[in-house]
Amino acid sequence: MPADLPATADVAIIGAGPAGLAAAVRLRERGIGHVVVLDREAEPGGIPRHCGHYPYGVREYGRLMKGPAYARRNVEAARRAGVAIFPRTTVVRLDAGPLLTVSRDDGVSQIAAGRVLLSTGVREATRAQRLIGGTKPGGVLSTGALQGLVYLEGLRPFERPVVLGTELVAFSALMTCGHLGIRPVAMIEPGAATTARWPAGLYPRLRGIPLLLGTRIEEIVGRERVEAVVVRGPDGARRTIGTDGVIVSGGFRPEATLLDASHLVRDPRTGGPEVDQFGRCSDPAFFAAGNMLHPVETAGWCWREGRAVADAIADSLAGLLPARDAVVRLETSGDMLKYVLPQVLVPDRRAAPLGRLQLRLSRPAHGTLTLRQGTDARALARIDSRPERRITVPLDRLPPLVSGQAQLALQDGPR
Amino acid sequence: MSADQAVANGTLDVAVIGGGVVGCAIVRRLALAGWRACLLEKAPDILDGASKGNSAILHTGFDAPPGSLEARCIAEGYAEFRAIHARLGLPLIETGALVLAWDDAQEARLDDLMAKARRNGVDDVEPLSARALRALEPELAPSVKAGFRVPGEHVIDPWSTPYAYLLQAVENGALFLPRCAVTGGAFDGARWTLRTSRGQIRARLVVNAAGLHGDRVERLLTGESGFTIRPRKGQFVVFDKPAAGLCRHILLPVPSETTKGIVVCRTAYGNLLVGPTAEEQDDRERAAVDRATLERLRAAGEAILPALAGQEVNAVYAGLRPATERKDYRIAARDGLNYVAVGGIRSTGLSAALGIARHVLGLCEGLAGGAATPPERPVWPALRNIAEGRPRDWQAPGNGGIVCHCELVTRREIEEALRGPLRAQSLAGLKRRTRVTMGRCQGFYCTAELAAITAGRFARPIAGAPARDAAAGEPAERAHAG
Ligand SMILES: Cc1cc2nc3c(=O)[nH]c(=O)nc-3n(C[C@H](O)[C@H](O)[C@H](O)COP(=O)(O)OP(=O)(O)OC[C@H]3O[C@@H](n4cnc5c(N)ncnc54)[C@H](O)[C@@H]3O)c2cc1C
Ligand SMILES: Cc1cc2nc3c(=O)[nH]c(=O)nc-3n(C[C@H](O)[C@H](O)[C@H](O)COP(=O)(O)OP(=O)(O)OC[C@H]3O[C@@H](n4cnc5c(N)ncnc54)[C@H](O)[C@@H]3O)c2cc1C
Repeated sequence: MPADLPATADVAIIGAGPAGLAAAVRLRERGIGHVVVLDREAEPGGIPRHCGHYPYGVREYGRLMKGPAYARRNVEAARRAGVAIFPRTTVVRLDAGPLLTVSRDDGVSQIAAGRVLLSTGVREATRAQRLIGGTKPGGVLSTGALQGLVYLEGLRPFERPVVLGTELVAFSALMTCGHLGIRPVAMIEPGAATTARWPAGLYPRLRGIPLLLGTRIEEIVGRERVEAVVVRGPDGARRTIGTDGVIVSGGFRPEATLLDASHLVRDPRTGGPEVDQFGRCSDPAFFAAGNMLHPVETAGWCWREGRAVADAIADSLAGLLPARDAVVRLETSGDMLKYVLPQVLVPDRRAAPLGRLQLRLSRPAHGTLTLRQGTDARALARIDSRPERRITVPLDRLPPLVSGQAQLALQDGPR
Repeated sequence: MSADQAVANGTLDVAVIGGGVVGCAIVRRLALAGWRACLLEKAPDILDGASKGNSAILHTGFDAPPGSLEARCIAEGYAEFRAIHARLGLPLIETGALVLAWDDAQEARLDDLMAKARRNGVDDVEPLSARALRALEPELAPSVKAGFRVPGEHVIDPWSTPYAYLLQAVENGALFLPRCAVTGGAFDGARWTLRTSRGQIRARLVVNAAGLHGDRVERLLTGESGFTIRPRKGQFVVFDKPAAGLCRHILLPVPSETTKGIVVCRTAYGNLLVGPTAEEQDDRERAAVDRATLERLRAAGEAILPALAGQEVNAVYAGLRPATERKDYRIAARDGLNYVAVGGIRSTGLSAALGIARHVLGLCEGLAGGAATPPERPVWPALRNIAEGRPRDWQAPGNGGIVCHCELVTRREIEEALRGPLRAQSLAGLKRRTRVTMGRCQGFYCTAELAAITAGRFARPIAGAPARDAAAGEPAERAHAG
């Protein structure tokens, strides 16, 4: 029998990953009495539970850990701090109040909370979302699913897969294969260069895995199990690679389904909730932290962000946060900027948990990032980067802004 | 005497070949009419052919060729489905359809189509101006010219439906033999002896409902075939749940001679579907999707509902229609051979299956020279609802917790689907019975837990080496006695 779920809480946190658990601990440190964390999985800990590889925990705990040890450490810290964690508890609906509707083994119930923190993380883009052609055999897995099978269930889904994608998580996939003692037959990247930074790009070469750049998977072949992939290379030629599995990695998007049927505003660019620099949503009783805000950051980043947003939640409960009105809305112009976070700024100069603009590019670019409001334009930073790489600008570099809109743009310029 | 014993002692009345929606409906009708019937399916589970991927529309038959066998079977199938769906626990999503004209040529055909609908007995069609259409469907592209409404076209669940038919058949004494491929057979003037991958099976009558392989099975059994299957592929793009809010009706184009054209409609699982294409191919097994076509489908969907741009894709799939050289169904009884061919059930089989089954029962009675005695109190099993927007198991106590988070499938639902005479034999079978892994994450979150829950259950496990003996212990093993 699951432990009884309370009907009320001071703060209810949805998602027991690094962000949610770190926030819970910080809220207790700030003297908040009743903090509950709800997670739909059988075990709390979030994604790191199945990342059986390094590097986790250095900044948080001063020790290099693998994901599962790190997850356990976060869970223990929360329990020691007096946080009530409820696993196998799925939040199915958000309403103003805040009121959460949850489903558990015993059916549906509701929790009324003073504040809610959304920290539901991210998932990877699927084969369907990438419109990859071919048949639908077994053996096509995201990195997350692969890691769950390998590290949680001790299974071997395939022997000689191909890896699609070269974001950091693709290297997690390679490490997972290494753990199984199998060597992928190829790493396939549609772009002209690896997405993750050097020296990650060296890793496949060191392990003798061919890295096929400028290459797309056109077709997956096989009836029951994957038998081959047909790829098209930069020269336009198609060729067939024999393989027994496809790891479809990266293309992260927030696990933000809860927003769809809710009253909260969703940012189509990040896919997560629209927040201000305090991590506060369009309904100021709801906050968000971790990867659901920004596909995708490291666990350590999410952990620190969770703690910082927890401070804002504690301030909000104490009536110390500035109201979320008369805001400045940051718009991006042009197609080079994929997203900007926070999407909304409260004109208030105090230190805030999201104390930096976080940006991502939609294609490789270099130039000057400018912020324009009315006729005033200010150059904020020189940028020379690629998609999926972290770009930040401290908020205190921004000029004073008045409520309304402000445009961020990246002007192409010489390198 | 059960069909099970009838197989053992060779006194089976009818062997139905093919566990598509048509075979499932036929074996149900036969069982309810008191015949000892058996369904033989070559795959480990039902729905391995044409019935695996369709648009899931319950057609009224408004655009069927008037007077055709197809028109009659659709009308009867439609009426029976409406009458029985609630009793079997099957969803009926009452959407209605709008037939839309996007240019003058299409607009000019609307009157004829409405007249045809009335000739088909669908007399509640109602012409609509562009304005009226957009009042009904505010997200429709403004370029729509005119159209009409077919209030009776609805959406059903393409998988629970045949599954419920077969379950009712089995509960009323029919036998289901999966992994039983018919490889040949002979008729001795009184009885058929079928050669199958599971031994010989004897029956007085044979019904060939082998769908995409119908002509080949006919040739195996009779040495010739009255029709030739020409598979016609249809690809689909399925959008995530928020897209389902973009329209209420099924949005149909003005049909052409060969295809009903690209449809936009909601699904029983709360998604939005765009498709199908119509592509001739020779391969009867391989239903592959390709990027260029999927992109075209996306664009076609956006041309109809501009707000579809930016909506997330959930899944892509393709199905194969068992088309033949002619448009109408190829249903025929062969006197002196105790054989009924049910071929070419091309693009309306889900809607017409129950009507086809009634027609086939009549043909069987004709061949056998009489009717059987129906069971006094037929059993009416009801499925647990898995459709969206109606009570689901995750809302009920004792559900075991949610395992598939996108589709909200509970552990209890999964465990139930792994039990019983029609238990899922593969991940695909489990998907069709429960919706697991069919959502937006396609298994990112639940694959590991599903692998644990299904360990040892599937001949081909979700991950790891194939189990050596997962198929053992089936009732069908006993069929060798026949
Ligand atoms: C395969 C993979 C490998 C990775 N490898 C690394 C790595 O090596 N190093 C690194 O730093 N980062 C890695 N990451 C990034 C990882 O996402 C972050 O490290 C970190 O886990 C994000 O923390 P989070 O708290 O935002 O979310 P998560 O850890 O994703 O936690 C979210 C939690 O929310 C729960 N949840 C979601 N929705 C609901 C709901 N409706 N109701 C209840 N609970 C819900 C989930 O069950 C989950 O436990 C990896 C990610 C993936 C997918
Ligand atoms: C793209 C598409 C969209 C469609 N949309 C709709 C719609 O919206 N509404 C509607 O009503 N209909 C629709 N249809 C039509 C409908 O899906 C078909 O008419 C129906 O599925 C045909 O079913 P069947 O039982 O005749 O054939 P199948 O489903 O092909 O069944 C035949 C079965 O026989 C088995 N078999 C074959 N050979 C042997 C053998 N030798 N031994 C044993 N078993 C064998 C096969 O494995 C298969 O399971 C659509 C079809 C397609 C492809």
